[in-house]
Amino acid sequence: MTKRLRTRLVVIVAFTLLSVYLFAGFPPSVANMKQRIRLGLDLQGGVQLVLKVKTSDAVRAETDQTIESLRAQLVKQNIAVGELTRTADDQFTVTGVDPAKSSDFRQIMADSHSEWSVSSAGKDAYTLQLQKAQADNYKSQSVDQAISTIGNRINGMGVAENTIQKRGTVDEILIQFPGEKDAAHVESIIQETSLLELKLVQGTGSFPSKEAALAQYNGVQPAGMEVLPSVERATDGSPTYYLIQSSGGISGRDLKNAYVSRDDNGRPAISFSLNANGAERFGPLTEQNIGKLLAIILDGRVQSAPVLRGRISDNGQITGSFSPQDAQDLALKLRSGALPASLSVEEESVVGATLGADSIRAGVTASAVALIAVVIFMLLYYKASGINATIAMLLNLVVLLGALAYLDATLTLPGIAGVILTIGVGIDSNVLIFERIREELRAGKTAASSVLTSFKRVFITLVDTHLAALISATFLFLFGTGPVKGFAVTLVIGLVSNMFTAVFVSRTIFEIELGRKGRADSISI
Amino acid sequence: MELFNGIKVDWIGKRQWFFAVSIALLVIGMISLVHKGKFQYGVDFRGGITMKEIFDAPIPPVDRVREALDRGGAAHSEIQELNGTNVLPGTYQIEYGGTASGETDTNHLRDVITRALDTSFAGKHHNLSYEFVGPSVGSDLRRQAVMATLYALGGILIYIAFRFEWIYGAAAVFAVFHDTLVTLGIFSLFNREINLTVIAALLTLVGYSVNDTIVVFDRVRENLKVRRRDDLETVLNDSINQTLSRTILTSGLTFMTVLALFLFGGEIINNFAFAMVIGILVGTYSSIAVASPLVLIYTKLRGQNGIAPIAATKVPRTAKAR
Repeated sequence: MTKRLRTRLVVIVAFTLLSVYLFAGFPPSVANMKQRIRLGLDLQGGVQLVLKVKTSDAVRAETDQTIESLRAQLVKQNIAVGELTRTADDQFTVTGVDPAKSSDFRQIMADSHSEWSVSSAGKDAYTLQLQKAQADNYKSQSVDQAISTIGNRINGMGVAENTIQKRGTVDEILIQFPGEKDAAHVESIIQETSLLELKLVQGTGSFPSKEAALAQYNGVQPAGMEVLPSVERATDGSPTYYLIQSSGGISGRDLKNAYVSRDDNGRPAISFSLNANGAERFGPLTEQNIGKLLAIILDGRVQSAPVLRGRISDNGQITGSFSPQDAQDLALKLRSGALPASLSVEEESVVGATLGADSIRAGVTASAVALIAVVIFMLLYYKASGINATIAMLLNLVVLLGALAYLDATLTLPGIAGVILTIGVGIDSNVLIFERIREELRAGKTAASSVLTSFKRVFITLVDTHLAALISATFLFLFGTGPVKGFAVTLVIGLVSNMFTAVFVSRTIFEIELGRKGRADSISI
Repeated sequence: MELFNGIKVDWIGKRQWFFAVSIALLVIGMISLVHKGKFQYGVDFRGGITMKEIFDAPIPPVDRVREALDRGGAAHSEIQELNGTNVLPGTYQIEYGGTASGETDTNHLRDVITRALDTSFAGKHHNLSYEFVGPSVGSDLRRQAVMATLYALGGILIYIAFRFEWIYGAAAVFAVFHDTLVTLGIFSLFNREINLTVIAALLTLVGYSVNDTIVVFDRVRENLKVRRRDDLETVLNDSINQTLSRTILTSGLTFMTVLALFLFGGEIINNFAFAMVIGILVGTYSSIAVASPLVLIYTKLRGQNGIAPIAATKVPRTAKAR
């Protein structure tokens, strides 16, 4: 054997051993395989969560927004009012309305807020109630939005093969995702609403306790205000609280984008930008309150409360003591949409594979039988060269499995479809080469030159077929989700490894064989 | 052993017949679709009911439960074992989407499942809860899958156009559309359910069809380089005949593999295997009967029925004759 061939053989053996180690450990065992190759929900089962959406949050948010909108309209039309106060999730009162302007007031409500019913509550006061149909509408929309947001978050984390469905007709969401290792992290990402709110602070600073904050109101929480805890700590480490104006702020629904950045001190921070709707309200809000504190609130806790120095219209930054992972998680949550309402975990269980163990066994058996039949046929049809093809195809699978384990990719049924296509392409590559060798032999060439020419010529063919398939698989991977992505992953790996095995490995084996028998000798094909 | 040496069939000459067959297949598929209204979507596309059933000891394994549901008229349901801290042993979760389109009455669906389970487990099972469940494949995922596939096809077209001539790229992509439509039509005809894994099977079909087509075109390209005096029709025919043994072998072996899955792979992946079986047959067929004739027709229309070798990157452009 020439030195060149020996080097090639060493490379092949090394690669094979490496792949086996990657997916089956050392010493190779089935138990290791189960650990190293991640299986999808359809093949392995996973965790199931039932979440309940607190739809009343969404309704309350709508009410707050209507209050602000109405307030602005009343000011514009010079209708003096006293207080606008939310009294329930779907109800608010307006007091101090000039009786002379009552018809104008009703007109505004009829024109722009027709989903609210107006009832008199005295000479100059009104109670406004959101109609049930519309409230139900908001509730159902919030569930849909929650589903979409959760989907974005889970996929943004790279958890492949998950299912998210609406359960029941009111407010439940059913989620399944494979594997239990990361269940806690996934749950935390899903559950945290990451409801971002920007609201004005009442007063000039924080208080050491809830009671201290309410002291100026005789311990009674006034309507339209709330006391929220802060993540900041006082110099002695004790918690702090802020008194916040409940309405008149911006919520996460107005977010356009959020991404990781650095604050002035170089620490991880999150920058966000608002959409047109939010910007429209944020501008005046900041402009009219220069010098006051603006609280940046995440999930009901004040992150920070910087002083408003000027008008901001559409972007801001959230600073704090975030680790890079925290900042990334938070940006993902904000970006994938704030959950319109908070979620609570109703049920948590472990589910079996959707394909069912029986089905998997049947599939594996059927495939094994089929592949053995293919090998037998190749041996019969191509005689000893059939061994080449068999080794090449076996190696292809080994390298494919090793790569899957190394990349921590998840194997699902669509992924197996990709493997089947790879096997088909593998068969094709070998047949192409062997048929070409037969053609050359028939034309009278020597064994050695036939092999050489065939590999050279078929290489061009293989490059074209493989590159075309690789390009399409790349697009599928980039733009597809779920099953499409799973299919693309195994296909890409399979195609690359096939080029290696069908060309490099097969050719090396041929050349070793030829080297043994002498140049002009025949090959068994 | 040699099986396919020296075959000389005039494939391109028979293209009228092939077109007729293709059009017939497509028309049948279209009629079936129109007549039935839409595809038979699985519970992951459509939604339906999710039920928790608990079984008395001895707890039947999943396949027995599945068997009972199939035989009892509730086929194509999704069954998963349920475990956990608050879950009693022997609990299964069953998702079912009904058989007719628009069948979402949960009470009715629950009755169907209960009756089906009664065929084997009467008195030995008990319903813990049932709820409506929405589809797990939203319109988002559907749209993304379609867009991703279209982009992928665009990539294929551009690559083939670059390595061969643009008509070869167009012909290959057209053959893929043909294959997909025929497969979907046959699915509709046989009332086969379309679920997530079937989507993966369709993608496999695309990949296989393109692979097959490129092998033929590659031989055409090689022949055109050396055979300057033969017209395109002859070259196309000869290329197909020369690659025929490879085509039959590869298709045959791959077909055998997916046929094994179809026959012995169990019920759940049956639709998936069915799509692959059809896909391989149609994918092979289209390289010969659709893609190649298209190239000829286009070239003839351009008045180039002659010796225009494919200007692949290595051949000097001056060799192009008009």
